[in-house]
Amino acid sequence: MSREKTKKNGKITLSKKQNIAGWAFLTPAAILIAVMSFIPMFRALLLSFKTGVGNNLKWAGVFNYQRLALDTVFIQALKNNFIYLIIQVPIMLLLALVLASMLNNKHLRLKGLFRTAIFLPCATSLVSYAIIFRSMFAVDGFVNTILIKLGVLEIGYNFLAHPNSARLVIILALIWRWTGYNMVFYLAGLQNIEYSIYEAAMIDGASAIKTFFKITVPLLKPTILLTAIMSTNGTLQLFDESVNLTNGGPANATITMSHYIYNLSFKYVPNFGYAAAMSYLILILVAVLALIQMKVGDRRD
Amino acid sequence: MAVSATNTSLDVTRGAMLPGAALVDNFIMLTQSQNISGAMANSFKYAIILTAVSLCVCSLAGYGFEIFHDKGKDIVMGIILLAMMVPFAATMIPLFQMFSKAGLLNTTAGFILPTISTPFLIMLFRQSARSFPHDIIEAARIDGLNEFQIFFKMFFPTMRSTYAAAMTITFMNAWNNYLWPKVIMTDQESITMPMLVANLTEGYVTDYGVLMLGVLLCTIPTIIIFFILQKSFAEGITGAVK
Repeated sequence: MSREKTKKNGKITLSKKQNIAGWAFLTPAAILIAVMSFIPMFRALLLSFKTGVGNNLKWAGVFNYQRLALDTVFIQALKNNFIYLIIQVPIMLLLALVLASMLNNKHLRLKGLFRTAIFLPCATSLVSYAIIFRSMFAVDGFVNTILIKLGVLEIGYNFLAHPNSARLVIILALIWRWTGYNMVFYLAGLQNIEYSIYEAAMIDGASAIKTFFKITVPLLKPTILLTAIMSTNGTLQLFDESVNLTNGGPANATITMSHYIYNLSFKYVPNFGYAAAMSYLILILVAVLALIQMKVGDRRD
Repeated sequence: MAVSATNTSLDVTRGAMLPGAALVDNFIMLTQSQNISGAMANSFKYAIILTAVSLCVCSLAGYGFEIFHDKGKDIVMGIILLAMMVPFAATMIPLFQMFSKAGLLNTTAGFILPTISTPFLIMLFRQSARSFPHDIIEAARIDGLNEFQIFFKMFFPTMRSTYAAAMTITFMNAWNNYLWPKVIMTDQESITMPMLVANLTEGYVTDYGVLMLGVLLCTIPTIIIFFILQKSFAEGITGAVK
């Protein structure tokens, strides 16, 4: 009895000691996140109820939020973000998934080479690739030169001067840049699926398409959910591409919300309150979309 | 891209596919018109310091969350994951105000502070700590090592591939970061490579040869890092995403 008691006491002090050590491990990271994410978030909320130029701010209630509803540029930016989101994210994730399951095939040769080639775009700088896409799709750029030589076009088409083609170029650029990134996650997830399942399916006569939808997609669901949330988040915060590829143009037709917030805060006469109200809307959108995705992801279990 | 860097502006727009002879001219133009060595040095300085500090802080936290997990720490982890949802646009303006008050504009600290501790990295290290055998920790405790010694002597060396993956991702993100430096680096002396390249396209006439050389110089470091760490990168991600 007494022996048990001392043992218990010893354990408590030991676990206490470990508990303290555990907190010591994670305190720096937790404090940094609190100071760099949550405090600014709270301050942005306060800021969103104020109005004024630069740092001369006064309380304005929900004025900023009312103004948002009437701001045509903001509504255009919101629309653009959703266009990019709805068209680009599904195409990219499906493409990444198909490429990953192809690369997972054990009989494929030069696997390493393909994997590197598909991931390589992720190593290029966002600004650089945006600029390259811009020069490729310029009136006298690479794409027009080829189209003219093939006889498709007579004179160069100014892709970036028309809203729809400019959006298309942004979507193409995004797919090029991020497919490989998502593919890496799928490839990692596929490593955890027993290869014998695929071999069994093949013996049972399942087609490649059937194995893809019946085995790969259901088993990778957690990874798909993770990448979907990350991509949604990334698309709603799109900035570099909008600035460097089209500069929001023509006439703000391709501007994104982050780009507009930047313009409002640092390019035009600074209006931090209004920009903060807008940024809160993005925050709410991201949270709601992530919640929906998690719900949808859970339901199929 | 590499080909274009060697051509004159006129040839690039004509779609020259062969290396030209203008590389040296482009290089001289670039070094004369822009502070390229300064931007390069800044980019390396910011990215290396950020990567080192960030890896240290996040791996400690990830390890702490997994090995010593209890209810309290799981709640903290949940809150940290919430931070993953916070878009940078929402925190950017208050951060800018805080940093300008604290005199952190145009400083390395200003560049690295917001992105030292990221939920993504903490999660990556937490997942990899899950595969770290508890027997080793118990054995090391009996041998009299304290918790930090266990971390540095046992965990750190065995998780090399996770560190390589985290290093690749953090370095690339730091190097390619454009919005935040654009906000806080108001001084021409402190600009980074992506900012310099973006500056090249401003103004009425863009010299495409010079621009492509800038783009190339901006891309080479991340590609080199990627190729060096490629193998461990794949292993690290595979071990972590489950």
